[in-house]
Amino acid sequence: MNVYVDALINGVLLGLIYGLAAMGLALIWGVMKVINLSHGAFITLGMFFSYVVFTSLHFPPYISVFMAIIVGLLAGVITYFTALHRVLNAGELSTLLSTYSVSLIIIGLLMFVFATTPKALNLGMNIFTAKMVAAGFSFVFSVILYYFLYKTDTGMAIRAVSQHPDASKLMGIDTVKILAFSFGLGVALAMAAGTLISMIFPFSVLSGGLYELKSFVICVIGGLGNPLGALIGGIVLGILENVFGLFVNQGIVPFIEFTILILILLYKPQGLLGGH
Amino acid sequence: MKKHLGFIVSLLIILACGAYPIVTGSPMAREDMFVMLSYIGLALSLNVLMGFTGYVSFGHVVFFGIGGYITFALIYHYGIGLIPALIAGGIVAALIAGLLGMAVLNLRGAYFAIATIGINEAFKTLISNIDYLGGAEGLFFNLRKAYSPYGGSQKALWYSFILLVIVTLAALIVSFLVKRSKFGLGLFSIREDEDAAKVLGINTKLYKTIAFMISAFFPGMIGGLFFFKNGSIDPNSAFHLLKSVEMIFMVMLGGIGTIFGPVVGALTYEEIRSYLLLNPAFKDLHLAISGVILLLIVLFIPDGIVGFLRRKIKFFKEVFE
Repeated sequence: MNVYVDALINGVLLGLIYGLAAMGLALIWGVMKVINLSHGAFITLGMFFSYVVFTSLHFPPYISVFMAIIVGLLAGVITYFTALHRVLNAGELSTLLSTYSVSLIIIGLLMFVFATTPKALNLGMNIFTAKMVAAGFSFVFSVILYYFLYKTDTGMAIRAVSQHPDASKLMGIDTVKILAFSFGLGVALAMAAGTLISMIFPFSVLSGGLYELKSFVICVIGGLGNPLGALIGGIVLGILENVFGLFVNQGIVPFIEFTILILILLYKPQGLLGGH
Repeated sequence: MKKHLGFIVSLLIILACGAYPIVTGSPMAREDMFVMLSYIGLALSLNVLMGFTGYVSFGHVVFFGIGGYITFALIYHYGIGLIPALIAGGIVAALIAGLLGMAVLNLRGAYFAIATIGINEAFKTLISNIDYLGGAEGLFFNLRKAYSPYGGSQKALWYSFILLVIVTLAALIVSFLVKRSKFGLGLFSIREDEDAAKVLGINTKLYKTIAFMISAFFPGMIGGLFFFKNGSIDPNSAFHLLKSVEMIFMVMLGGIGTIFGPVVGALTYEEIRSYLLLNPAFKDLHLAISGVILLLIVLFIPDGIVGFLRRKIKFFKEVFE
């Protein structure tokens, strides 16, 4: 019995972090209908940001995560104007490819600097405490995001643009600014998630891809474009991974995840939770 | 004649790539041209789906992997000849594409793209768990035994190269015929406006599915040849997502929806790649530099080299179909 409780708790904790990682993807998709294929690269960037800050300034991730958010916001806005703004209305293929090329650039540069050797942070805390801290941060960030999207003017503007870009332009919203900011916010969430993940697991330059794929699954479970659905989707996935792992061979779990992804896309593309 | 110049030049390029190593007898040249031809074939095949119907498969490498595994396993376990094993690989890849296509081709745009990534990852993890196919470590030929029916490893490698030339030529000719046919016209109408095409009486689902099957068949055979030549196969190299993106990259670079585009795109891509990899100054940065080049193409010449030539040089206006 204890094993199941353990798996459940671990699943929820991990799920909160997965959820944070997926939230940025959902937000960007919701606002600008762009699948951000550089999401995983930004998660990796967050991991290495945390690594560099930890080794040079000795700030642990639960402090550097705030720095990562600011850096991510800036990086996201810059990326928006260099890679996305021009092709935003050119169709999916262009935005998929432009965000993928951003990912190639980031991963390429990281590989140049760090090679592919795995890294891990030695924080001197046990893994469960680290999970608790990281999950706690994810939860707080999600609550702040909710408050931001639903209670502030900027948040309202973001939701307006996501529902009807043209109408919101007519209402006097500077849509370009909102789009750039939303992309920045999405990237900031990805980098924050990467920083928190670096507390728990060892990572390498290629780790981000795994979390990007998980983020797809989560977003589809929670409804693409619904950041709060992503949190719940993350928890569902976390539980699924940990509890399923007790019954079946651990290696087959990703197969089940991706099968779920495809089945949901086919039968309920608006996500299990509806979404919008 | 002028209208088919793109096809004729493509044909000549493929023949030249095939003839060069055979004439010089150089194994080095053969290795280079093997990569080149397999890229041309992959780009041409993906273009049938992506260029003609507008559906972008981000996990197209899945068919390369499936074909590779089928071919490899048939030779590995049963000692079947390369040609029947290859054809089996191509057919199974196409059949799986048909089954998957009936389901996922209902999804449009980004949803389809995500689904194809999911399919690739699902196959990768599934095969990693099948012991019969070697699991995560994959399968390895006993090289002497596997290549002995062809008269030793050198002869087997030449043999697989010649088969690749044939497969690439077939991919070119099939794309050309598809593009010129009434079927191809139907595919283009799906790309322009799928709902309108449906209203006009085109069985869009059937058309899309057949296009998907054609664009899976050749990658299946190319995968078979690639891993036969390699002597080993494992899930990571068979289902590497980057390869899917390379295929898309080559089609975009050359010019989407044309016949000449994927050929010249593959040629240019492979030249850029080998230049970056061989130049010590860029070797470690080649990924980042490829990213910059891809970004510049997407931002400034989304219709690729062919589109650029058509727009800028009068002679080329009607040349490439």
